[in-house]
Amino acid sequence: MKVLRSTLVWPLVALVVLLVFNAVASPGFFHVEWKDGRLFGTVVDIFNQGARVPMLLALGMTLVIATGGVDLSVGSIMAVSGAVAAMQVNAGAPMVQAVGAGLGLATLLGLVNGVLIARVGLQPIIATLVMMVAGRGLAMLLTGSQMVPFANRSLTWLANGSVGGLPVPVVLVLGLAVVTGWVLRRTAAGLFIEATGDNEKASRLAGIQTGGVRLAVYGFSGFCAGLSGVLEAANISAADPARIGDTRELDAIFAVVAGGTALTGGRFSLAGSVVGALLLQTLTLTLYNQNVAPAVAPVPKAVVILAVCLLHSPRLRARFGKRTQPVAA
Amino acid sequence: MNRIFASRLLPLMATGLVLVALFAAAGAGYENFLSARVVLNLFKDRAFLGVVAVGMTFVILSGGIDLSVGAVMAFTTVFLAKVIGGLGWSAPVAMLAAVGIGVGFGMFQGWVIHFFRIPAFLVTLAGMFLARGMAFVVSPRSVEIRSAFYDDLGERGLPLGEGLLLTVGPLMYLVVVAAGMVVAHGTRFGRNVYALGGNEASAALMGLPVGATRVGVYGVCGGCAALGGVISTLALSSGDPTRGTGLELDAIAAAVIGGTVLTGGRGWVFGTFLGVLILGTIKTILDFDGSLDPAWLRIASGGLLLGFILLQKLIARQSVS
Repeated sequence: MKVLRSTLVWPLVALVVLLVFNAVASPGFFHVEWKDGRLFGTVVDIFNQGARVPMLLALGMTLVIATGGVDLSVGSIMAVSGAVAAMQVNAGAPMVQAVGAGLGLATLLGLVNGVLIARVGLQPIIATLVMMVAGRGLAMLLTGSQMVPFANRSLTWLANGSVGGLPVPVVLVLGLAVVTGWVLRRTAAGLFIEATGDNEKASRLAGIQTGGVRLAVYGFSGFCAGLSGVLEAANISAADPARIGDTRELDAIFAVVAGGTALTGGRFSLAGSVVGALLLQTLTLTLYNQNVAPAVAPVPKAVVILAVCLLHSPRLRARFGKRTQPVAA
Repeated sequence: MNRIFASRLLPLMATGLVLVALFAAAGAGYENFLSARVVLNLFKDRAFLGVVAVGMTFVILSGGIDLSVGAVMAFTTVFLAKVIGGLGWSAPVAMLAAVGIGVGFGMFQGWVIHFFRIPAFLVTLAGMFLARGMAFVVSPRSVEIRSAFYDDLGERGLPLGEGLLLTVGPLMYLVVVAAGMVVAHGTRFGRNVYALGGNEASAALMGLPVGATRVGVYGVCGGCAALGGVISTLALSSGDPTRGTGLELDAIAAAVIGGTVLTGGRGWVFGTFLGVLILGTIKTILDFDGSLDPAWLRIASGGLLLGFILLQKLIARQSVS
């Protein structure tokens, strides 16, 4: 029963259950049609919206959590990069330069997190909490707390266009996920990340530059958040410094935890996080379909994430079943 | 011995110094800043934050963190608006019930954290979404509270002369701070909290009730958050499900600025009191100036928090070597 042990099984089972529920509850859920050279349908929407925020944030968050940390600042970094990109195109910059500026600043903010954690030695929660507040303030300051609308075809295309019939964000984000996974597993980088999360001191003594590893994962998390912020702004052709990315950090943590990456670090599954993000987006959409007000939607999400954590909890595992006992090393 | 004592109280003294410097600078920069009315308004305006921050101090002292306080406060405000306005409960009963719910919710979080060994930030982050969502379930919009009790309470308070009145909200705040100091520094529960934050394993080996203390600490914090909500309805006569967004950081910042160490075990409730006043003074300065972008408030509190954590690091490093 090796299949049952895989961390991917449970999020997939949950996803299938949700999909079956939707198939019964809302007819036409799986209806997909080809129009104007691209795919349309609810399932495509789930992939599109899921890729744009939760999946992208979860990519960076997975690696951060794998090192035993957490990044609470992703929502605010989204707001900063979205605002920067919007202001750049309004100032007449070409799309590539605008996106580059947004991503650059976002990566820089992520690296600041990394320096505070890896070099100064702050707790990840605190360093990124500071960035969460200061970053949101920075976004407000840059924009004068005003929404920044823009009209730029190529920037909007990033979120609403299509490549080979698929929405651009889906191609972009899944591509990034595959490349990231490939690089991490084909080089020693993934191992270094897991070693750092498992036992930082031992890893350092074994010659791994744990400081550099942590710096890199927070920088990468900032980069992912930055891309997500640009896509969010591009989607509605406006950057709202107060709303973009608000409370999205929980979505990212949700996707990562649901995907089987342990919060204690030392192990990660990018594929799990991708499935976790799809699970989250499907759950969100299901709630909307069942006429749950958007503001109330966090309640069931919070319940699910707590339930998942309880399932991961050593106490509960010890009580219910020797099946899940770790193999003695 | 003298040096150890000095370095221990150093964060607290630094906090006091920053507060005095801020006030002096503001007094020099703006006319009429140094007046009893401004100070009184600061207390009135920040009373809810002050109460929430006292609860947060206990949680941080125990080595934990509670991100749900803002949401619990928001829930309390709409709960009060609903049961007083909609169901016709008497206001005092509703307030007691609200604080009871806050305590219960906090204790539940503490139990989950302790029993299932799930990180506190995750449980309380989920708690934050739960409470915020429930606030929207109770009422999706801001609701006015119309109650004779509220009107009556609004006019009462401690007269300070010159027509100044210390209203019930800030009065409650001062009482909570005093009570917090007594509990933290003068009771068995307080000692257990410090012991738990200092080193959980040794606390358990000494036979201290680690579980009960942790559940109690989160209960205190939840109760304080709910009381903050009560005070906020007293000040604004309304309930609003969006109130208190980002409050958790302000409360954490107040505690840390006041010298409470984030890893637990060391700190003062009185320091938190000073921390709240510092944050309040910055806000007052921004209000006074009018030309400064309100976004600076976030950046300033983030920067100040960072500065004080770095100061603590520096002190810790010196006392080790």
